[in-house]
Amino acid sequence: MLVVPHAQGTAPPSPLTLISRDGRRPVPTTLVNGQEFIALDDLASLFQLAVRDDALAGGVTVSYKGRTIVASADQPMASVNGRVVTLPAAMTRVGRRLFVPVDFIARAVAPIYDTPIDLRRASRLLIVGNIRVARVTTRIDAVGPPTRATIEVTPALLVSQAADAGRVLVRVEADVIDPAPPPAPAGLIDQIQTGTQTTTVAIALNARAGTPRVSTTTTTESTRVTIEVPLAAPSQDTSTAPPPPALPALPAPTGPAPPALPALSGPKLQTMVIDPGHGGDDNGVRGPKGTLEKQVALEVARKLKTLIETRLGVRVVMTRDEDRSVSPDERDAIANNSKADLFLSLHANGAPSADVKGTEVYYLRLDRAGEEARRSTAATELVLPVISGGTRPIDVIPWDLAQAAHVDASSRFASMLEEELEKRGPMGPRPLQQAPMRVLSGANMPAALVEIGYLTSADQERSIQSADVQGGLVQGIYDAIVRFRAFLESPPSQ
Amino acid sequence: MSRKHWLQAAAAVAVIVIAAVGVSQLLERMVAPAAPPQSAAAPAAPAASVPHIIATLYYGTADGQALAAVKREVPLGDGPRAQGRQILESELEAAPAPYLSLIPAGTMLLAFYITDRGDAFVDLSPEVSTMHPGGSTNELLTVYAIVNTVTANLQSVERVQILINGKQADTLAGHVDLRRPFERDTSLVREAKGTQ
Repeated sequence: MLVVPHAQGTAPPSPLTLISRDGRRPVPTTLVNGQEFIALDDLASLFQLAVRDDALAGGVTVSYKGRTIVASADQPMASVNGRVVTLPAAMTRVGRRLFVPVDFIARAVAPIYDTPIDLRRASRLLIVGNIRVARVTTRIDAVGPPTRATIEVTPALLVSQAADAGRVLVRVEADVIDPAPPPAPAGLIDQIQTGTQTTTVAIALNARAGTPRVSTTTTTESTRVTIEVPLAAPSQDTSTAPPPPALPALPAPTGPAPPALPALSGPKLQTMVIDPGHGGDDNGVRGPKGTLEKQVALEVARKLKTLIETRLGVRVVMTRDEDRSVSPDERDAIANNSKADLFLSLHANGAPSADVKGTEVYYLRLDRAGEEARRSTAATELVLPVISGGTRPIDVIPWDLAQAAHVDASSRFASMLEEELEKRGPMGPRPLQQAPMRVLSGANMPAALVEIGYLTSADQERSIQSADVQGGLVQGIYDAIVRFRAFLESPPSQ
Repeated sequence: MSRKHWLQAAAAVAVIVIAAVGVSQLLERMVAPAAPPQSAAAPAAPAASVPHIIATLYYGTADGQALAAVKREVPLGDGPRAQGRQILESELEAAPAPYLSLIPAGTMLLAFYITDRGDAFVDLSPEVSTMHPGGSTNELLTVYAIVNTVTANLQSVERVQILINGKQADTLAGHVDLRRPFERDTSLVREAKGTQ
């Protein structure tokens, strides 16, 4: 007969939450002498473990698909498939039930289990299987006003956002979020909620708060949402940043689950993709002095991204933010998966003569297959049921011809780019062209490509690296984007 | 028939046979210089004696901004496929002054086919991509120099697909989509003059 110490347990403030593909469920635990324990029979039913007394070893044997754990009755350790692991406490008995420290899950059960098990004690989550878990840290950077807050999502995942004068909702495209404890409210922020029941961070704003500006930046490690809450004031610059249209009434942040954010009638230009050409092994054009197209394209892209995010509050996704090789399909996939509203590819040009100079703008010219795809887009719309009930129309179009449905809007955008860039610097021999550009064909949104200048011209190779010239190019492109946003938001009759 | 008559008849036959052989050899000698065996003709044949056609080839204009259609002599080929090969081989050579070459030096024609539907496949060696200087303008000029050269001279070709090393390719240098065939496009052509 196994003899283990008896103890009296108390319930912790909240149970663990087990999250798997099947959903979530609470897992009760108990505190004994400040240590958190879980009942072995609960573990056995959760993970289909077989438990039996092992008098010879002086403990219990836990087995799963031929793999075994032998847990000592009186020592804070266990043998897992023959390897000894330590535990913060030995097994204990509460009433008639055997209990093991919760760390037993991570240290003993996880190594013998089929699918990954991740115990996040701070957020009270027990994650089983390949679940997309986002660590979400919210902090207030400046009390202000303006009050500045940052939501950091690790790893980098898509986020969608909705903001009005009353609140900011940021939904993370993950299966579950693992939130760090939110900071105390300060400045124009009254409340920050990062519940584990939803993947949304809800920030309730003070009555004195104006329209918040929300922008998103993505690196390889994380996605960062920056929120700036100004005082309510009539001094908004409506020419470049008109307030978003009024949002429908949102449920109170204390409600059970915020609505699906993309369904909100927010601004038509919420996300834009900037695609710096080439990268990695692919240098693009090399100027006579050795300037590489891939470097110039990235420099200008970064400046443009900063300007758009800070002035327009539009989320900007870069297809690359470092010197790496990206295939055309990957570039389009990033844009399409980001549900971007606009795509802009940035390049520097090359010509067979060093005399050719100037900026040029391209949009896609369809071949015969593209024209057929364009005509048949409407005919191939499917109406599919969605998980949340109801239906959603889906356009069916070959992946590599996704641009076919957007060529008219792309033409408008390209014309605006040409007109605005012409005000900022010399244009090339063919300032606006339609051509079968590979990277534009798969973009399922209005798309254009700007060749900012000819690196094969020694003059332009030199000038294109100057802050003034790059600033002019960035401003011209930005002005075109502001115009295109107004076009998107204008009534369809226009 | 007497013995004398037999001898006369035999002599006549012999004379006829000898004469026939002699005439035959004489004829062969007379004809040979006019229609020599092909192996003997190749090294001796001057350019003028090999039939040529006048083909329209496309190169870069001297200012590097556009395509120029240039008339050049190209050896006559036996049928559209052989003719296409001859035309493309000429196109791959250095451009005549003052025009600019748009296809990287060292690029070779690996194969050329025409399907019954009028699609031509131009299979080029990897240098067309690896040695390409890049840039949208350069790339468009290279692609349409090839496409227009083929379609301008071969009536049976409606569309041209460029292959690299026998395989379908994405682009030459990151810009122009090579996955589908191209139709003739003269929007990049600025002038059509000059005969070499």
